[in-house]
Amino acid sequence: MTDLHPERAAGEAMTELLAGFIQELRQAGLPVSLTENLDAMQAVKHIPLEDREAFKYALAATLVKNNTHWRAFETVFEVYFSLRGSQFRMGDGGDDALAQLLEELEQQEEMQGDGPRNGSGGGESMTPEEIAEMLYKALQRGDDALMRAVARQAVRRFAGMEPGRPVGGTYYLYRTLRNLDLDAVLEKLMNQARQDSPEALSPLEERLEHDEYQSRIDQLKKEIEGEIRRALVADRGVEAMARTLRKPLPEDVDFMHASREEMASLRKAIYPLTRKLAVRLARKRRHGRKGPLDFRNTVRHSLSYGGVPAEPKFKYPRPTKPEIFVIADISGSVASFARFTLHLVYAISGQFSKVRAFVFIDGLDEVTRLFEGVDDIAEAVHRVNTEADVVWVDGHSDYGHAFEVFWQRYGKEISAKTTVMILGDARNNYHASQAWVLKEIEKRARHLYWLNPEPRSYWDTGDSIVGEYANHCNGTFECRNLRQLEKFVDYLA
Amino acid sequence: MADQTYRFDSVAEVREGLRSVDYLSDEGIAGIVYLADRLGKPILVEGPAGTGKTQLAKSVAEMSGARLIRLQCYEGLDESKALFEWNYKKQLLRIQAERGDGNAWEQIEDDIFSDEFLLTRPLLEAITADDPVVLLIDEVDRVEVETEALLLEILSDYQVSIPELGTIVAKQIPLVFLTSNNTRELSEALKRRCLFLHVDYPDLEREKEIVLTKVPDITDSLADQVARIVRSIRQLELKKAPSVSETIDWARTLLLLGIEHVDAETAKATINILLKYQSDITKAVRELDQEHGTIQKASAGK
Repeated sequence: MTDLHPERAAGEAMTELLAGFIQELRQAGLPVSLTENLDAMQAVKHIPLEDREAFKYALAATLVKNNTHWRAFETVFEVYFSLRGSQFRMGDGGDDALAQLLEELEQQEEMQGDGPRNGSGGGESMTPEEIAEMLYKALQRGDDALMRAVARQAVRRFAGMEPGRPVGGTYYLYRTLRNLDLDAVLEKLMNQARQDSPEALSPLEERLEHDEYQSRIDQLKKEIEGEIRRALVADRGVEAMARTLRKPLPEDVDFMHASREEMASLRKAIYPLTRKLAVRLARKRRHGRKGPLDFRNTVRHSLSYGGVPAEPKFKYPRPTKPEIFVIADISGSVASFARFTLHLVYAISGQFSKVRAFVFIDGLDEVTRLFEGVDDIAEAVHRVNTEADVVWVDGHSDYGHAFEVFWQRYGKEISAKTTVMILGDARNNYHASQAWVLKEIEKRARHLYWLNPEPRSYWDTGDSIVGEYANHCNGTFECRNLRQLEKFVDYLA
Repeated sequence: MADQTYRFDSVAEVREGLRSVDYLSDEGIAGIVYLADRLGKPILVEGPAGTGKTQLAKSVAEMSGARLIRLQCYEGLDESKALFEWNYKKQLLRIQAERGDGNAWEQIEDDIFSDEFLLTRPLLEAITADDPVVLLIDEVDRVEVETEALLLEILSDYQVSIPELGTIVAKQIPLVFLTSNNTRELSEALKRRCLFLHVDYPDLEREKEIVLTKVPDITDSLADQVARIVRSIRQLELKKAPSVSETIDWARTLLLLGIEHVDAETAKATINILLKYQSDITKAVRELDQEHGTIQKASAGK
């Protein structure tokens, strides 16, 4: 085996590395097919391996076919190829890259030249003041290399990383950022900008300056994150790190347990989703199944063939648009879920003949008016949460009372064309269920559906009484993420 | 495959070439165009409207001196519009002309299903072309899922099967671009056959450069301001963020109005060129008017 051709050995090592990489992508939920795998192998042959960015794009172009998956891809890529540095080589490539970075750093410092320095080789430990100074300079100039160097120093100085300590990267990130106090730096930068300009900055200019520095700070944060990740990978190994960093794709994020960052990505994902759904539904309505023969139309068209009915015409059924009543629990635990569902339903309200929305906690209020003539659905949803009068006694969910109120006030308006959707986890705080209301609704309405944001295995545990309500519903659906929600709305219209 | 010649030698060459025809690409775009050429695979370009997806195909055609063949997709597009069609009228004439000659039916049948009676549509035209071509299949997300299947054969094997004639194989592998506005999920089968390129709004530097290239008379500082303001506006939550083409339009307008320095007033007066929804305009005007929250606090503390 020793006389193996070096190139071939490298090729095999590459194949193995890619196989691991793709395995990890699949674990993260990305659908990578065998053909795409082979394409990736082909693609990297044509790319100079030293060019890390080109290498990344080559892999992305062949493996990632959906832009929402880009983040997941990037994370896995960073973990897998972080230690392989700018010179992609197997084995000892990592050390070379590190040494190179160090050298770069030293040069930076020399260039930096001013200010006191304790002169330790390789910039082992700078004082916090020096780092702050460097940071300020780097941000002001927007110098990428300098920023990278600062990030590296900051992590070394502040993160307090200890090998083998089982803490997540976010902890180190938090520690580093707290010490850098970027808000204060931003303020300082802004003040400097104000002083530098000959006349007072107008609000617009202020804003532009601010956005500029903010984007530089964001970049710095990314560098710090990358730095921490590199250190952690070196400590714990690629596979373990990839596992801890694995995050669900936006469409799989659980509504109930989404972090703030995930919420932001969900909000971004919902708009294209609604557009897609609307297009799909409109199409479904237009190109429905073929109906029975349209005799009149066929005869009319036969005239152009001399009376021969060469082109049979059919009556296309036009499915009626349903009328939708959404009744949503907006108590703390499920509010975000209700928000997304309302958002989605209203965004495609063109596909329904009428949409009415009701929200409740222990009291109930109609909020349809908040959506009328509003362009910005997010704004309307926000108003729902602040303006609707939904508290009756104590502001703890009481499904029974809310349903009773609904039946008294709006029960008569439900017709055979109405589809009623109830959104909630049916955690009733041991109040009376008043399930008879649902039975009555079911009798009057076309359909009654229940969407529950809890995983099915939690249903009917503790104070959840969804089973009791489910008896009267035409269907109960687990609706924990955008994927499930999308599927349901598709089914609905 | 061994004797296949590639169009481009390196990523840098692609980048330079695109620049020479006034298309400013970034590392990703140039890299994928290069790769598509090497691997002989189509590129699926996706991204928000007005980020230069179609322009990319046009520019690649221009830089490589190839002919651009364009298939605009729409709902109801079918085989006879995309691939090929038999020229029925000509066939009928032929049958009638031959009727008196007493030729055997088989012979006529052979005759009327030949190249002569075939009307080539964009896809067939692209693969039968002798000269270098770039095929652009525009807005592929507009066709129905079933119609997508029409494209599969040509995208993976560069051939078209015509039942009466047999399979026509491409004389050369054309560069193929498919663009999509992502109004629906494309089928897995289609995506699998393509390289995927997501074109997003450019970053500040690139946008400024684009403005400078496309609006030749503009000053550097105005271009810089334009790019910065557009970036700030894109950060707002809008129905439709300003596209690159709108940025260029705006820059042109400012130039025509003889404005050298954009202040809040001019920005507000001309913002309807950047934004097309009334609610977006209101929001942006409000935002541009007020100082940024953190700054307000900062200046209050002074």
